[in-house]
Amino acid sequence: MTALPPTPSQTVGPFYGYALPFPGGGDLVPPGHPDAILLHGHVYDGAGAPVPDALLEFWQADPAGGLAGAPGTLRRDPVTGAVAGRDPVRFTGFGRVPTDADGHWTLRTLRPGGAPYLAVCVHARGLLHHLYTRAYLAAEPGDPLLDSLDPARRATLIAGEESPGVHRFDIRLQSADPAEETVFLDFPTT
Amino acid sequence: MTDADARAARAAVPIAPGRAPADRQAPGGAGPLAQDQITAEIVQEHEAYAKRVAAGEPELHHAARDFTPYRSSLLRHPEQPPVTVRDPEAVELTGPVFGVTDVTALDNDLTRQHAGEPLGERITVTGRVLDRAGRPVRGQLVEIWQANASGRYAHQRDDHPAPLDPNFTGVGRCLTDGEGNYTFTTVRPGAYPWRNHANAWRPAHIHFSLFGTAFTQRLVTQMYFPGDPLFRFDPIFNSVPDERARQRMIAGYDHDLSVPEWSLGYRFDIVLDGPAATWTEPAE
Ligand SMILES: [Fe+2]
Repeated sequence: MTALPPTPSQTVGPFYGYALPFPGGGDLVPPGHPDAILLHGHVYDGAGAPVPDALLEFWQADPAGGLAGAPGTLRRDPVTGAVAGRDPVRFTGFGRVPTDADGHWTLRTLRPGGAPYLAVCVHARGLLHHLYTRAYLAAEPGDPLLDSLDPARRATLIAGEESPGVHRFDIRLQSADPAEETVFLDFPTT
Repeated sequence: MTDADARAARAAVPIAPGRAPADRQAPGGAGPLAQDQITAEIVQEHEAYAKRVAAGEPELHHAARDFTPYRSSLLRHPEQPPVTVRDPEAVELTGPVFGVTDVTALDNDLTRQHAGEPLGERITVTGRVLDRAGRPVRGQLVEIWQANASGRYAHQRDDHPAPLDPNFTGVGRCLTDGEGNYTFTTVRPGAYPWRNHANAWRPAHIHFSLFGTAFTQRLVTQMYFPGDPLFRFDPIFNSVPDERARQRMIAGYDHDLSVPEWSLGYRFDIVLDGPAATWTEPAE
């Protein structure tokens, strides 16, 4: 089979603000949910400066390990067209958060079941192609990806628990020190 | 100087005709970074790519992660090669789903989101979203954003001195239908200046964001218009080294899609890269 040639990727640029972020994009569960955890961090460039115009997307299993997802992430009010809020019952598994002026972002979610990580997709002005990485909520001996990495680089994927229920995941887009640069992933079309 | 930062700084830096403001000086005070230099860098990159392909290296579908003529990429691309994941259980081989509650019927008509009609040339853009095996991507979210007909974004940080249009935000979304088709009605965006280098202008474009059946198929791209004279000057368009791949970002004018007395039609078909979800239906 000859695969169709794909449409090339282009940068998200600086002006996606009215289009892609939406209220509650980082709240996969509402504030006050008894099982909620916070995942947060900064995005840094190769000079160590915060990246204030990155857009992060997250995809994860539900707490039972389900990966079917659910619609309703950006439900809309049919009268006004405004964002009506996420489906209050079903866990959609998808989050989208822009970094703030200090390059910081926060996600409120539930611990994924099954695979112990959140898939992360990074978009930013200056990135000609988005970048994939993973946020593991703990070091996971036996995980095939983590086990395959040099221990120093492996640490870039571990979102350590800073305080109960609060995990920290910084993303370094570039670093002269290979141990500091976040591990980014590639998924070949086969 | 990055493009957004530079555009934000525009108001503070009056531009005297014939004199480049300080923020346009190349490092070392050697004068403004000229279009000629950027163009020469682009040509050099394309020639080097052609040589590699002639020597047997594979053709590339996407830009390299670092493309020097696009100055914003310099500090934002990883130096380490990506780690290849071949795990058939990877979470990324599934992806988010969207449904009828996530869009409203008006969302794909950017000319009807305000009390009045936007200025500009009314166009429809339609196309089909496929995966690399040729299977339609059904019921998935397509999002677009663009400058208005004058080349100005409704964004606080865009201070290009072109008029805002109170009847145009420049944002649309829709779900693909059962055959993978999408349609938007909008106005043709204008070209706009940016501060990558002196006298830098982006060719007219519409930004597209797409989801496939798997998170690995995520695509953010830009759709261009045929015959744009700015193509050869633009480092973002030319970041894609392969000429045929660049052509796949250019919509086709399709007279059959034009509506008499109403709008001009463009076709932009999209093929998502990356492995599809393993549970998709077989190819048609
Ligand atoms: Fe743009």
